[in-house]
Amino acid sequence: MPERTLMSPEDIQRALIRIAHEIVERNKGAKDIVLVGMQTRGVPLSKRLATTIQSLEEITVPVGSLDIGLYRDDISSLHLKPVIHRTDIPTDVTNKQVILIDDVFYTGRSIRAAMDAIIDLGRPQSIQLAVLVDRGHRELPIRADYVGKNIPTSNNEEIKVYVKEVDGEDKVTILSPNKGATDEND
Amino acid sequence: MKTIEPNSSIATPETFPPPSIAVWQHSHVLDLDDFTREEIELVLETADAMAEVLTREVKRVPTLRGKTVVTLFHEPSTRTRASFELAAKNLSADTVSLDASKSSIVKGESLIDSLRTIQALGADIIVMRHSQSGAPYLAIQHVNCSMINAGDGWHAHPSQALLDLYTIRRHLGTLANLKVTIIGDIMHSRVARSNIWGMTTMGAKVVLCAPPTLLPRGLDSFIANCQLPNVSIETEIEPALENADVVMPLRLQMERQQSGLLPSLREYIQLYQLTTERLSMAKPQVLVMHPGPINEGIEISPEVAHGTQSVIEEQVTNGVAIRMALLYLIAGGKNK
Amino acid sequence: MPPNILISGGRIIDPGQGIDRIADLLITKGKITWLGDKGTAPSHADLTTIDATGLIVCPGFIDLHCHLREPGFEDKETIATGTKAAAKGGFTTICCMPNTNPPLDTQASIDYVKKTAESEGTVQVLPVGCITKGRQGKELTEMNELAKVGVIGFSDDGDPVASSRIMAVAMDYSHALGLPIIDHCEDKELSDGGFMNDGWVSARLGLKGMPKAAEEIIVARDLALAKLTGAKLHVAHVSTEGSVELIRQAKEKGIAVTAEVTPHHLTLTEERVMGSQLEKNSHLRYDTNAKVNPPLRTKEDIAALIKGLKDGTIDAIATDHAPHTSVDKMCEFGLAAFGISGLETALACLMSLVHNNQLDLKTIISKLTFEPARIIGSRYGELGILKPGCRADVTLFDPNKEWIVDSRDFASKGKNTPFDGCHFKGRVIVALVAGKIVYRDNSE
Repeated sequence: MPERTLMSPEDIQRALIRIAHEIVERNKGAKDIVLVGMQTRGVPLSKRLATTIQSLEEITVPVGSLDIGLYRDDISSLHLKPVIHRTDIPTDVTNKQVILIDDVFYTGRSIRAAMDAIIDLGRPQSIQLAVLVDRGHRELPIRADYVGKNIPTSNNEEIKVYVKEVDGEDKVTILSPNKGATDEND
Repeated sequence: MKTIEPNSSIATPETFPPPSIAVWQHSHVLDLDDFTREEIELVLETADAMAEVLTREVKRVPTLRGKTVVTLFHEPSTRTRASFELAAKNLSADTVSLDASKSSIVKGESLIDSLRTIQALGADIIVMRHSQSGAPYLAIQHVNCSMINAGDGWHAHPSQALLDLYTIRRHLGTLANLKVTIIGDIMHSRVARSNIWGMTTMGAKVVLCAPPTLLPRGLDSFIANCQLPNVSIETEIEPALENADVVMPLRLQMERQQSGLLPSLREYIQLYQLTTERLSMAKPQVLVMHPGPINEGIEISPEVAHGTQSVIEEQVTNGVAIRMALLYLIAGGKNK
Repeated sequence: MPPNILISGGRIIDPGQGIDRIADLLITKGKITWLGDKGTAPSHADLTTIDATGLIVCPGFIDLHCHLREPGFEDKETIATGTKAAAKGGFTTICCMPNTNPPLDTQASIDYVKKTAESEGTVQVLPVGCITKGRQGKELTEMNELAKVGVIGFSDDGDPVASSRIMAVAMDYSHALGLPIIDHCEDKELSDGGFMNDGWVSARLGLKGMPKAAEEIIVARDLALAKLTGAKLHVAHVSTEGSVELIRQAKEKGIAVTAEVTPHHLTLTEERVMGSQLEKNSHLRYDTNAKVNPPLRTKEDIAALIKGLKDGTIDAIATDHAPHTSVDKMCEFGLAAFGISGLETALACLMSLVHNNQLDLKTIISKLTFEPARIIGSRYGELGILKPGCRADVTLFDPNKEWIVDSRDFASKGKNTPFDGCHFKGRVIVALVAGKIVYRDNSE
């Protein structure tokens, strides 16, 4: 099965460190920042960013997790349901710079739902978006502020992000459809 | 009045659950007898997410926007109906509430015809309470809407049992091997029956305690035939309460004495009322629960009802979260 | 005049004469004329031959207990449709219960039934009169009058006679007429508005139960009264082990009691309320087609009922055919009417017991023909037997024909059967009443 690694653990670590620097730079420090990781893999990524920002600015940035399951626009599928986890943002978001963190940025619909969710919780001063991988193919006019790596893809390819806290290892791979036989049991 | 707080280290685990798509097989929620352990856990986890919404200032998410939830209640009920309605509204569904005593059902229209009318009006989900056991099973044969059973006769009340499980888990972490004692009119109790299924599926031991006239004659045989070794029966309250982790007295209806099943309320109170003294036979951190509404001074003393071990009010709050979870899980397209 | 008919090459089972062999049967002028070896029938002009090879030929079945609903409940069934259903089920004589509206408690109402049966009925209909006026359980009907117009017994079926005093008086009064009192044995105070057997299924489904004791109490009471009065008692639709034992002991003591059992009580248990085995869908529970009075009981009761048939404690099999409209049945279990539309599935049901080696063919036929005839007595001639000179009421059935029950094909208006979709082996092929073919199976 042609799964190619595009980012190694070191690549990921460097990208996160750079993003942390960019966040601090653009926001002129870490005051009033709230990191919100999107379930599921955005959550450990947000914690890592918080750790890095802590070492840069010696400020403990509040970290929350957000499940957009209640904000989806497709409650259609009867049998397959994403498990909804508790949204847990430990601080009021009003007047803060909320930085959403997600692993893969694709159509933009998840981020649209995330913005609705954040706005339901308060009135942030700004919402910014940090993603590890931007694979293109936006369907909504949404852009990322911080990008780990741009990976142009075609629609029939799949980007897989592995995160140590969830999957046991760090890497980003791309799955392309095989030119020959298809193997379902990967 | 200090009430016990849920154990926060248990309520929000630090580990990240693996991403998962849950395969949810139910287009209806009629009883817990066909729920697997995984499905019950899914409901409880979803309820957790819903509970967070209930802590917000604006308790609303757009999840069921555009869906119509109709509550059809043939029996009076303030709390359950309000609970379902609020749950639906919190999810941005449109709600219609029908009180059968004021609607055409009493005028002679059959249940099936009423349901068909409700379906034709565009209901996606029907939440029904009915005085006849089995009514929801008839209903789903005739309409395509998803159905949640809000209580049918003596038979089942799945959302109540689920909120009971959720409440216990919030406080005691797990249900495995807990002793859950249910005291009262088991014969006529849909809460008891659904809890039998729910509690045993989650690994708890259930003790049913009642005067012999309020226990169905076939109860022993029911337990044996349905292979429920963790369910036992007591007619005396002391062994039932000994070392219990959860005690749930049931409401005693006045009609039971009037229909001759009990000699007097006085004797029932003497033998079965949950008092502070009796409660001390249970474990120190015992939870006192009640499906409501409470008959203070009959099945439960006011001191216990409002005491430190009581989580009765919390059950009501949890009820909304559970019902939001159920509406979310069964929403999503009509039953084929 | 019906044609002359030769039924040829079938296995003739006539328990009344102890016959069980391949033989020919000759019918002329509506009566049995001759029974003998294949191919040796005396010749006759205008003979129609029915080839009965592979079929069982027996006396037409007699149903001691069914409900034709007319007058008063014609939406559930009429004498016309009910008798067609009877013919399809191989029943050539049926006894209709008097819980009609008005009830059959006067000469006029009995005459109505008889006349309608004669003009619109397909099989012979023998009426049962009420024990008490209006079935209210308070005053006796004019039993003498009713006997004169041809009732074969008295019953308030649907209800018991609640008062022991009235029952004793009824027995005394009917004793002189030599007609049985047929009792629906149920202590209604104990069964207290229950919907099904009081047991584990009712406990699980949260339905009020009808304890077995509710039947046994009245059976015991009636037996004591039968002993007291010397009257003929016939216990309708026996359903419990305890009732069977009481009747057995009473017979040993020489009490004049007879008893019947229905095909559904011999084959279904209370678990059927939870749904058919055919569909593993849990959402089929609370099947009102399994709601019947007396209710379906347990495996132990079935075993006792079968034993009772074998040792003669139970004399007859009767359908208690109880058709209802879909409105009466397609509703909440507690509100649904009690009853099973059973005429057209009776034989197949009983054949399943034969195919399972639980009962033998001769016993079943005997309990459907000779024995009920004995209980009816001789006022309508010699029924249930293929003796020369007797009315040619004959049923031919294929004991092995496989078919699937589809209530939409029922001749009865009542489609309320718990056997829908069941695969059965055994089907009526031809039924003759007084030498005339009233039913012929044309299925594949």
